Amino acid sequence: MTLQGRSFIEPPDFTVEETDEVFRLAKRIMAAPGDYAERAKGRLLATLFYEPSTRTRFSFEAAMLKLGGQVIGFSGENSSSAAKGESISDTVKTVACYADIAVIRHPKEGSARVAAAAAGIPVINGGDGGHQHPTQTLTDLMTIMTEKGRLGDLKVGLCGDLKFGRTVHSLVRALCRYEGIEFILISPEELRAPDYVKADIGRGRCGAYREAERMQDVLSELDILYMTRVQKERFFNEEDYIRLKDSYILDAEKMRLAPEDMIVMHPLPRVNEIAPEVDADPRAVYFKQVENGMYARMALILALLGEE
Amino acid sequence: MIDAALGGGTEKIMEVNSINRGIVIDHIRAGCGMKVLSYLGVDTSKDTVALIMNATSAKHGRKDIIKIENLTDVDIAALGLFDHSATVNVIEDGKIRQKIHLSLPETVKDVIKCKNPRCVTSVEPAIPHIFRLVDAAREEYRCEYCDEIVKLS
Repeated sequence: MTLQGRSFIEPPDFTVEETDEVFRLAKRIMAAPGDYAERAKGRLLATLFYEPSTRTRFSFEAAMLKLGGQVIGFSGENSSSAAKGESISDTVKTVACYADIAVIRHPKEGSARVAAAAAGIPVINGGDGGHQHPTQTLTDLMTIMTEKGRLGDLKVGLCGDLKFGRTVHSLVRALCRYEGIEFILISPEELRAPDYVKADIGRGRCGAYREAERMQDVLSELDILYMTRVQKERFFNEEDYIRLKDSYILDAEKMRLAPEDMIVMHPLPRVNEIAPEVDADPRAVYFKQVENGMYARMALILALLGEE
Repeated sequence: MIDAALGGGTEKIMEVNSINRGIVIDHIRAGCGMKVLSYLGVDTSKDTVALIMNATSAKHGRKDIIKIENLTDVDIAALGLFDHSATVNVIEDGKIRQKIHLSLPETVKDVIKCKNPRCVTSVEPAIPHIFRLVDAAREEYRCEYCDEIVKLS
């Protein structure tokens, strides 16, 4: 693989073939985790989480520890030198003196690109504001491949906060490189996908999208329903958040409208946009995504370290 | 006539002397001359600088023209960002040595600033502001960091 020393800031940083290679490695790790238990021994992952995170941070830490590597880092802006006003570039340059690889989550869009330019070690984008979240996309693509058996010829409904939903932005950017993908963008007017996301679709190989306001109007057509949380931290004021957060809730009644082989995905955590009763439905695959996520991150770390 | 260096024609405009060496930026969209001049940063130059606004143009009705004596080293690519219909004539020994038709540059660095308040460029010091051309017909650029789309017109 040729990914050694590179950074992963958004899905197109890897070609489709390189992405496939990461998936194949993830599957090999999944099949025989013991073979990889010391593959990153002596290597150090720095986790620079300027924003709160449980899932992504744990997933990265678990991935590195299961590879035999070690982890340093901080979580929350107040516990880092950013609280003293240090720039992202200076922080990552310092961290690069100790660590072999870094993952950064930061509220500003494009922050991971800045970190990668300054670091001199591989940098992974763990989420930059409402912009991109490429490792969630690796997870999502792995799940789609496993559950649907293909990454093309799919009708994908993206539902909820499409304006600030970074997992959606990354997933669109990745999926529009495959043939025959059709997107249905389901959101209230206030939370519609940004122009650049729609432009991504227009330039991609799929080239088709349409917008809908009610999920029940389109559920019967979908191969995949990708739900997202309406995130409080993305809003400038609480009033807008309260007004919109319950707009798009999936429950058992709506699931009756969906095809038998449709899958329901969600990057998690959810608040109330998927009713707990849906969890028992075999079409709900969001907890499988979590497991895939750790293996995808293990593969990514090894590939960037050149230890695959 | 402005001078022979502008390529002749029948445009009747106020007379400005010819230059022996320098550049003439012609066919600037009327009203954009000040922006181009400001970008060039020649306000402190000791050389002769002429900005002619709203000159008659056979092609466009009205146009702006800039003449700068002695200056020949200009970031042509970035000039295209302000007005890609303009032409740059490089004058040496009183003659046009090179005539350059501007186009929208593929990449611009430190000319446009990102207006997205959530963009990292709003907080991170000392990083270049980079935009890449995504749609020439619509004159759209995209911020390298946050993907915010900027329309020039």
